[in-house]
Amino acid sequence: MSVFMLLVVIAVLALVGFVIGRQRALASAAGNIKEMHSLPLYYGWHGALMVIVPSLFALTFWLVIQPLVIERQLVGYFPPEVVESSAARTLAMADVRRVAEGLDIAIAQGAMTEVQADMVRTEFGSVRDRLADVGVALGAEVTPQILTAAQDYRKYAVVGNIGRSILTFLVALAGLIYAIRITNKDFRARNRVEQVIMALLSLSSTVAILTTVGIVLSLVGESLRFFTMYPWQDFFFSLTWSPNFQGGSDLGLAPLLWGTIYISFVSIIVAAPIGLFSAIYLAEYASPRVRSVVKPAIEVIAGIPTVVFGLFALVTLGPILRDWIAEPTGWGNSGSSVMTAGLVIGILNIPFVSSLADDVINAVPQAMRDGSYGIGATKSETIRLVILPAALPGIVGGMLLALSRAIGETMIVTMGAGAAAKLDLNPFEAMTTITVKIVSQLTGDTEFDSPETLVAFALGMTLFVLTLGLNVVALYIVRKYREQYE
Amino acid sequence: MSDASINPSDLPQKSESLLVPSKLMRRRNAAETRYKAYGIAAIVISLATLGIMLITIFSDGISAFSQATLRFPVTMDAATLDPKGNRDIAEMTKVTTVGYKKVLEKSLIAELVLRQVAVDGVSEKDIGAFISGDAPARLRDMVLADPSLIGQTIDFSAFATGRIDGYFKGRVTMETAKLDSNISPEQLQLADKMQEAGILDVRFNTKFFTNPDASDTRPESAGLGVAIIGTLYMMALVVVLSLPLGVAAAIYLEEFAPQNRFTDLIEVNISNLAAVPSIVFGILGLAIFINFGGLPQSSSMVGALVLTLMALPTIIIATRASLRAVPPSIRTAALGIGASKVQMVFHHVLPLAMPGILTGTILSLASSLGETGPLLLIGMQAFVVNYPSGPLAGGVMEPATALPVQVYAWAARSDPAFIERASGAIIVLLAFLLVMNIVAIILRRRFERRW
Repeated sequence: MSVFMLLVVIAVLALVGFVIGRQRALASAAGNIKEMHSLPLYYGWHGALMVIVPSLFALTFWLVIQPLVIERQLVGYFPPEVVESSAARTLAMADVRRVAEGLDIAIAQGAMTEVQADMVRTEFGSVRDRLADVGVALGAEVTPQILTAAQDYRKYAVVGNIGRSILTFLVALAGLIYAIRITNKDFRARNRVEQVIMALLSLSSTVAILTTVGIVLSLVGESLRFFTMYPWQDFFFSLTWSPNFQGGSDLGLAPLLWGTIYISFVSIIVAAPIGLFSAIYLAEYASPRVRSVVKPAIEVIAGIPTVVFGLFALVTLGPILRDWIAEPTGWGNSGSSVMTAGLVIGILNIPFVSSLADDVINAVPQAMRDGSYGIGATKSETIRLVILPAALPGIVGGMLLALSRAIGETMIVTMGAGAAAKLDLNPFEAMTTITVKIVSQLTGDTEFDSPETLVAFALGMTLFVLTLGLNVVALYIVRKYREQYE
Repeated sequence: MSDASINPSDLPQKSESLLVPSKLMRRRNAAETRYKAYGIAAIVISLATLGIMLITIFSDGISAFSQATLRFPVTMDAATLDPKGNRDIAEMTKVTTVGYKKVLEKSLIAELVLRQVAVDGVSEKDIGAFISGDAPARLRDMVLADPSLIGQTIDFSAFATGRIDGYFKGRVTMETAKLDSNISPEQLQLADKMQEAGILDVRFNTKFFTNPDASDTRPESAGLGVAIIGTLYMMALVVVLSLPLGVAAAIYLEEFAPQNRFTDLIEVNISNLAAVPSIVFGILGLAIFINFGGLPQSSSMVGALVLTLMALPTIIIATRASLRAVPPSIRTAALGIGASKVQMVFHHVLPLAMPGILTGTILSLASSLGETGPLLLIGMQAFVVNYPSGPLAGGVMEPATALPVQVYAWAARSDPAFIERASGAIIVLLAFLLVMNIVAIILRRRFERRW
């Protein structure tokens, strides 16, 4: 039975539980609601929840455990050196799964019968060709071990699927019977239902933690694997980046970090004054009508996908900068450059800086403005000498957040900054960033056992630590400032 | 501190009239005007850049919705298409698209001779190069579906190749054609004459929305079909996964959670996750869902899981804000007439907060609709020509692409015709975003309450 069918069965049983639970409670009170502890609806919900919750847990548990158990069973087919390296084992298991899948498809298309699929041996001819006939492309010829492992995999999978259906059904049924037996007019159904709801609510709030744990685990685990293959001193201190999938690559962080910082610097030079001045204008000078039109218009920029900015950098801004500035002055002849990417990220960050600055400027108490006007200061003097100093920590915090966003930006630099890793001061030169290299090392056909691929995880780790650090500092500054006026 | 910088001679002298502004006054007024001008300039710069960006994208992309199309009668030559003449499908499948291409070329040349459309220096091969590489395959499918077409003459419309198409859109000119090995100025003159004769016309291209991606050499037949399906699958899954989870987490944190270390940890996590670069979520998806969980690469399922994790913090934050906006009087009133806390939340607070929650959800969906970076890492930039199957047949587990990823993939190709396609895809993407934002605004306007 497929997972989808199982879900349907659970839903039907839950409906049965709902109807019976409600009926039984009503019947035991002879239809008099006043006699019952809870409203009839709660007895129904109790019945349904008792079916759904345990059976779904059982199903999830089984789905997670089954592949692990099967993998353990099949270990015997692989040579010891495959079993010991986790990467090789993952690859071998992936092969087994693909062959098993191929056999399934062959059966579904009628190219093989069940018996044939079990009897196929590599000695009788190429299994790869037979599977290619039914549209399953395999990378390499199937070895006898893989084939028998795949055949066993199919057997175990069939057993596993039957076991899964039986277990889920039994758990659902047990829940149903339990709910029916326990239901009578004195049963405190509302309390029980509310307890279950509370448990589910608090469980969903842990997803945030799980996500962080997932991020940290995947970054740290693969980074550690990378550092076993490649010395960490070279990664952090080497000044060249030249990956080579044949081996012997030089994977120094420095050029990427430099490109990232340079581009972020250019972007903040664009975004900070423009964002700040538009915030000052909107907060202090603009009439409410102008504000109500201009503020959302600026925020439209934030709603446009970054790939659109990337295309703009690639097709429009890059060539303009090249033809009008870089080539006439002899600074470079590349459309993608630090300047292109930096300017576009700067534009992208304008609404971000502007709305953060707007918030902190509005948080400055009116009394301070009034005091300043009262002793004869003009608006601009009030802004310069009273409001900005008071709002400065918030503004600095906002700038740091914008910087962190610029560092983590991917699409604009991928399309606008170039791919050459260089340590250079010329802003019209193409340079590359950490995010660009993460994308280029992880896209395409990659195998997860070479340092050239795994370096992406170390780069991701660097990026994560960098942006997290900036955010923590920024939030600390912002929070400290807010306490002053509240 | 400003006093120190004032020069005593700038101060108003006793003898000066109050009606004449003093030097200092003028300087201060100038500073005032300057500040205002800076502000206006900043706003003008940002809005102008936005305007320029949208205008260039639209002017580049709007032509993607039209397409130069050839229309001519095609004589289905039985000798080429069914050499044995017994209309056996199995035998006919042996005739490849090369055979069909010949049929198309012959028919087009015959039509040109008949209508006396000719330009010196255009060989028969050059005329054949007018027809998109996509047309023979389509004709072949038509014939295999209905073998009785063989021997008949049917009206067929085929896309013109990218260069011809570009000529009518101004991308290819006589000058560029001279330098281009794929097209000659004579062919362009012929194209003009064909348009006069009505064999070739430029019209609205519905295939742009339905065709799958096409290879580098035939930009004219590349479309957004697979990308739109993939995007819709992902958005549907993101809603199904993130809305219940996000709302449940927000309700717990806002209404029930005790003040303790664990709750603090969750809150810190949520605010940090909102600031993690999107590419890191892509790494997470690759490492956890694909390498560890064994889910298929480039599938909408993995894409949706990654986008869900990215959308969750924003949904939780928005939901909490709108739960907080429900006034305490509602809660106390509900508790006062004997509701339990859970009843209070689910019967009173949540319905009142629903418009705000939905608005926040739609806005966070809109931002995940445009996400590209993480989807690249989980393999969605792959070249997918097969439509994924229906949602119940496991289509979410099959390879697909998404709109923003398609933009990226096309932008990376060398033929400028793909830049037009990419801009066109952006227009479609922005149209989706516009609709979602309008819905959010309407929801907010109609249902938002102020207490």
